[in-house]
Amino acid sequence: MTRNRRRPAWQEPPHPLTSGAKAVLIGLVLALVTVPFLVVVSTSLAAPAEVVANGGWVLWPAHPSLAAYTEILSGGVVGRATLVSVGITVAGTAFSLTATVLLAFALSRPGVFGGKPITLLILFTFLFPPGIIPAYLVVKELGLLDSYSALIAPVLVSTFNLVVMRGFFQGLPAELYEAARLDGASEWMMLRRITIPLSRAVLAVVGLFYAVSYWNSWFNALIYLDTPAKWPLQLVLRTYVLAGGQIADSSSSEAGLLAAPQTVQMAVVVLATIPIIAVYPFLQRFFVTGVLTGAIKS
Amino acid sequence: MSVRARPAATEPVAEEPAGPAAPVTATRLPRSQRWRRDRLLIAFMLPGLLFYLIFQYGALFGSGLAFLDYVPFLGLGGSQWVGLQNFQRLFDDPDFWHAALNTLEISLLQLVLFFPAPLALAMLLHSLVYTRVKRFVQSVVYLPHFISWVIVVALFQQMLGATGVLNGWLSDAGLHTVHILGNPDAFKPMVVAQVIWKDTGWGTIIFLAALAQVDEQMYEAAALDGASALRRFWHVTLPAIRPVIALLLVLRLGDILSVGFEQILLQRDAVGPGAAEIVDTFVYVRGIKSGDFGFAAAAGLFKGVIGVLLVYAANKVSHRMGEAGVYR
Repeated sequence: MTRNRRRPAWQEPPHPLTSGAKAVLIGLVLALVTVPFLVVVSTSLAAPAEVVANGGWVLWPAHPSLAAYTEILSGGVVGRATLVSVGITVAGTAFSLTATVLLAFALSRPGVFGGKPITLLILFTFLFPPGIIPAYLVVKELGLLDSYSALIAPVLVSTFNLVVMRGFFQGLPAELYEAARLDGASEWMMLRRITIPLSRAVLAVVGLFYAVSYWNSWFNALIYLDTPAKWPLQLVLRTYVLAGGQIADSSSSEAGLLAAPQTVQMAVVVLATIPIIAVYPFLQRFFVTGVLTGAIKS
Repeated sequence: MSVRARPAATEPVAEEPAGPAAPVTATRLPRSQRWRRDRLLIAFMLPGLLFYLIFQYGALFGSGLAFLDYVPFLGLGGSQWVGLQNFQRLFDDPDFWHAALNTLEISLLQLVLFFPAPLALAMLLHSLVYTRVKRFVQSVVYLPHFISWVIVVALFQQMLGATGVLNGWLSDAGLHTVHILGNPDAFKPMVVAQVIWKDTGWGTIIFLAALAQVDEQMYEAAALDGASALRRFWHVTLPAIRPVIALLLVLRLGDILSVGFEQILLQRDAVGPGAAEIVDTFVYVRGIKSGDFGFAAAAGLFKGVIGVLLVYAANKVSHRMGEAGVYR
């Protein structure tokens, strides 16, 4: 086991040219992914004058400072939008995870009342998702327009996450449930004492998936929230994105924000990315251990 | 107590063996008793079920407003039934066909340029012998999948926009700057490039799983028989991952009328509807922004029905060709 390598004996040693080309290719792929992030972070840390002098971006700031960050976080539109995003993400993930665990657990129990027809009805929504307009009208008829619940209720359960979780629950050993039943445990006790402790990895990954999608979502906020003061961070950021192109669709109240210097704009981009990067190592662990690959295939 | 108990491991089957040895717990109870036994589980289901009933099926039946002259003030019940009039208007609308054509063009571009990319990257990753390097590259290339489209578009603007990195380099080198973002002619390839940047890494997961399941001995045997690396790829690797490719193609075909709605909506205003209008943005603009709900719902319903038909057809074809296709 020298240096962590395992080339099988039957494989011919690679031609040096092939290895070289491979290394270049890998380097290129890594650069394509990381350089944009580097440019954005560097620009956000640079002095506004330096950015302007260089034509809108820097690769490495000469005098890094956190001025742009203190500016956006000292109250104002971005600070408030960040709080909104955090609130939606935390509350939404809690509700979604609870609803998904309960439904997945009930549907994973053999012979449960209505189990098969309900599963079929749920899977059907994969094939025929409702359109934007009917979904909008349902939210409107329920009187949820311009309320934060419109950002959570219409996306409460993701069928993909539900199927992943149900599949995992079904794979737990049935003997445990049988033993618990003989001891007189209720289904609630089984969920708490058997299912949840044995499913930590799946709960974590599904929870993180929910959190990422709540944090990243902006379209529902665009159509359901009329008051810009309630907007989450991604939607505020969208007005920045449009600023580079054309300010056709932004509401007038955001005009002051659009004139912000490039450093501040990039600081908002970084702010909106940080939580994803922060939870990413945890998410990544689960792909490697293969919790998901089996589920994706089914 | 034991009569109401749930059967152990397996799903109960409708017809039980009538032998005296059949355990009591395995008999299927009458519905009313199962209802009583499962009261708690049904309560567990309620929040999720309500979501599906209201926001999925409620919205699905709400698609019926495609057949109404919907007036928000009158609501679904009070609006007048106009039959296929909305569809008539839709099919007579050149803007709709233009949007459909744009959608198909982007879809086909993605099929040709994006679809093979994850497979190629997966092959490259799979060929790496240093596990640590492989893990590291994997974790870097999966990351963009989790970045929101708003940020991805912002990153692209910073790199390729008028004041971006690329144009900075070009002008430093004394070359002409290029107009890529906001240019209608470059928009469709740009959309595909963004998808490639964001989802190629993520797309490798399923191929890597398939590649990992290929029996090493097959490669060894092929190599001992003198098969070159190329022949091993053709005769061992490709047959092993063919079902995955077929499955992904079927899913992609069913989704041919859906191309990155959020991604394109974000850039539609900068590029203009001529190049950037797709079916979904057409539905959004006509329905929610202009308030022509019945008409926009008709467009959405039309898209949904075509999608189901395409999945069905593609599934049939893949069965014909001896592949499993989508489960069902």
